[in-house]
Formats: sequence, structure tokens, C-alpha cells
Amino acid sequence: MKKTIITVVGKDKVGIIGKVCTFLAEKNVNILDISQTIVAGYFNMMMIVEAEQTGEEFLSMVEELKQLGESIGVMIQAQHEDIFNMMHRI
Amino acid sequence: MLNISEVIETNQMIHEMNLDVRTITMGISLLDCVGSDLSETKQRIYHKITTCARDLVSTGEEISAEYGVPIVNKRISVTPIALVGNSVAKSPEDFVELAKTLDEAAKTVGVNFIGGYSALVSKGMTKADENLIRSIPMALSSTERVCSSVNVGSTKTGINMDAVRLIGQIIKETAELTKENDCLGCAKFVVFTNAPDDNPFMAGAFHGVTETDTIINVGVSGPGVVKRALEKVRGESFEVLCETIKKTAFKVTRVGQLVAQEASRRLGVPFGIIDLSLAPTPAIGDSVGEILEEIGLEYAGAPGTTAALALLNDQVKKGGVMASSYVGGLSGAFIPVSEDQRMIDAVEAGALTIEKLEAMTCVCSVGLDMIAIPGDTKATTISGIIADEMALGMVNQKTTAVRIIPVIGKGVGEQVEFGGLLGYAPIMPVNTYCCDAFVNRTGRIPAPIHSFKN
Repeated sequence: MKKTIITVVGKDKVGIIGKVCTFLAEKNVNILDISQTIVAGYFNMMMIVEAEQTGEEFLSMVEELKQLGESIGVMIQAQHEDIFNMMHRI
Repeated sequence: MLNISEVIETNQMIHEMNLDVRTITMGISLLDCVGSDLSETKQRIYHKITTCARDLVSTGEEISAEYGVPIVNKRISVTPIALVGNSVAKSPEDFVELAKTLDEAAKTVGVNFIGGYSALVSKGMTKADENLIRSIPMALSSTERVCSSVNVGSTKTGINMDAVRLIGQIIKETAELTKENDCLGCAKFVVFTNAPDDNPFMAGAFHGVTETDTIINVGVSGPGVVKRALEKVRGESFEVLCETIKKTAFKVTRVGQLVAQEASRRLGVPFGIIDLSLAPTPAIGDSVGEILEEIGLEYAGAPGTTAALALLNDQVKKGGVMASSYVGGLSGAFIPVSEDQRMIDAVEAGALTIEKLEAMTCVCSVGLDMIAIPGDTKATTISGIIADEMALGMVNQKTTAVRIIPVIGKGVGEQVEFGGLLGYAPIMPVNTYCCDAFVNRTGRIPAPIHSFKN
């Protein structure tokens, strides 16, 4: 199963991780790793997850995550991990 | 396992530094579309393009969404139409019919440009080649998405000066026919020497006869990423500067390689090449001019510009080559004036002239690109400018090109607005001393001595 990287960027506030995790649990997405840091005053979180969704299903999950982000005032993105591996690993 | 700083770096490149894949271009051979007459040929062309490229746009959008990287353009290049229409198009008007067919096919599949309304005449013109060239003004003014190119020279063959002379007139006519539209037709036409068969970038893309039936070529971009990386090494040595450009180019190209592999796999079409070009857009922070300034010049065009551009171009290639299995196309920094805000600023400040741009094209791809000149410039002067640029390519064994726009009704100091990715341009002064007697000589300039390598 291809891994997916979910990133959350925005102003820190209560409940961001909770909401994202609840959403992922509902979608049956398994979280492998979570890390977070503050860059230039912004909250940055990265999750490495295993999602069984592919094709259209995956794209609609990307869209729903984006909307979830908008509702809590942060930017949420889900991307296949290959783009990061290609760029940072030889 | 990936760490968070790597992920943040990639996403900053995309969101803040305009990293994108500039184009996925599907090359389609039309050599098997020649029918018994013009109308059958048109049908076959339309059918082949709309079949092969049916899923091109949607696949591009899917890849873009899954990896979170913008893929700005989805485009098509086809076999030079002078070859396809050779036996069925008997007049310039017949060729215009083929251009309209390409335009319809492009609209049907949803690509924004289709390239390959082209002729390869580096040594001589067939009747079909000449008819196609003469049809260019009409073809570009009566279609929306068709791009045209003519290869008039190469290191191996020399320069076909008969074609160069004719093209000076054709550019003027194209400007006249599209003058209501800011002479936009000329922005869709480029004249080459040593034109590559696998260039994915418009307006010069065509699907060469050395290519397979269909192919995917990808053009990456990322001037903003290079600029931002260089901000961190101000005042450092050339070694540090070059290393930084190289590493950044590697990362940018890897994204292109990923997108190309995916597009190729999903469309079931072989992967051709990655074009390692730094292609600017009019957006702020997406400019090659800005990189030159970051290297240490007040404006592009200041003394040192050619050297700075030479090192930039070379380092982009050195970093990019390792990132992809196949590199081709134009591969180098583009310096189109109208598509690069800092280049426009440099022209307006008086720092950058056509002559300096010509010198810069000796060390980068591609040539005098998107340059607006006064509408009353003579056809022979345009041919002279083309001949100079073609000579640079011929002698230096590189691709050079001219995409120049005589803006009818406007003069130096005025501006022309093309819109979108084509941007706007200040009209640049041209050396008006006469070259008629030179351009009006017939025949061709022989190939240079160093082309005889056998």
C-alpha cells in the first residue's frame, strides 16, 4: 500500500490533531507516524498514513481533508509520499 | 523515513516559490493519417489526436491532485504538418484547413496549445514547405490554439536564407492579420535553427520524424525555487553558488521525472524526455531575471549578465541530468522578455537591449523570445535579426530561436498586452540600419567547417 503524507499548516489551536485523527479513523486510514514543529510562528504537522483509497476515492478524501482544514482555519494537504521521496532520496 | 523538514521544504517550494510542472506534452505522429485527399486526411488527423490524447487532460489533473503539485499545461505536439500535408494540400489555403482541424482537435481534448504546424527547411523548401510557410499568417489568425514553427538552419546544413527572407515577410503579415488582437499571431510562431524533435514547450513544439508513434515529454520549471535558494548564499563564493543551483535543479527535475513516469504509465504512452528548462511566468517570484539579480546584478543586462547566465544554465543542466534518465528538448534557462517581470523591468530601465539579449542567447536556451518591436520595422530587418540568431545556433551547435512581435501601430516606449502566460512587453528599439542587400541575396549560408566531423 502506498503511503500518504498529510500536512497541516496554520495557526496553532486546540483540537486540530483530534479533528484530523477522527476524520482519518472514520475513513479507516491507519496513522504510522506523527511529527510536528513550529516554523515562522506557524504550526506544522506531518502525518505518515496508510490509506487504502485509490483513484477517485483518494481524490475525494484529499478534497474532504482540504474542506476540514478550511472549517478549522488551517491548510490540510494529502499527497502521495513519492513526491517527497523523489525529491529528497537518491 | 521522511522527516518533517523535507516535507515542509517541498511544500514551500510549491506554495511559496511557484514550483510547478510547466507542461505535459504528448507527441503524436500524424504520418499514418495521410489519406487519399484533403478531407480524408483531416478526418484521420482529428480522429487520431482525439483518440490518443483523450485522457491527457484528466490524467494530468489526477496526477496533480494526488501529488499536490500543479501541472500548469497539458499540450500536444504533432508531426510537422508540411510533411503530413505534402501530397494532399496543394495550396496555402489547403494547409489552413489542416490548421483548423488541429485547432478543433485541441479544443475537443481540452489542451491549450497544439504545436507542429511546422516545416523543416534547413537546407531547402519543397513546394509543400513553401505553401505551409505562406499559409502561416492565415492559419494563426484563423485558429486559436495552433502554434507554428519553422526550422531554417542547422549546424550540419547551414542556413536557408531563402526561408529566412520569406519568414521576415510572414512575420509582418501575421502581425497585420492579428493586429486587432495585439499581433498575438506572432507570439504563436517561432523560427529555429537546430530545432529539437522532442521539445515540449510552445510555441516551438513539434513531434519529430525520429520519434515513436506517441510519446510523453515533460517540461519542468522553477525559477522561484532557484531564486529563493540563492537568497541564502549571498556573498558566498562561486563554488557555493553553483552547488546551490545544482542541488535545487536536481530537486525540481525529480518532480518532473515523477510526473512524467506517472503520466506515461497511466496513459500507456512511452516516456520521452524531461526538458530541464527554467521557464519564467509573469508572476512575481517566478522570474529568471530575478535569479540574475540574486547572483549579483542590478538588472538583467548589466555587465556580467552573460557570464551569470552561462553559469546558471550549466548548473541547471548538471543538477538536472542526474535527476532524470532522459533529458532533451531545449533544456536551459529561458529568457522571454514578456513572460518575465524582471526582464520587462530591465528593458524599461534601459538596462537590457536586443543586442544584449542576443549575446545572452549564446549561453542559454533558446533565443530572442517574446520580444515586441515597432510595427514599422521592415521585413528585411526582421530577417536580418533572424539570420544573426540562426548564425549563433549554427556555429555554436545549439538550438536558437526567434519569436519576435512587430506590433502594428505602436512604437518604442509603448506597451503591448498579450495576457495570461504570455504577459506584456514594452516595445524595444531595433537597429534600423539597412540590411536589404544582404537579406536579398538568394540561396543558403554553407555549414561551418566544424560540422564536418566524419
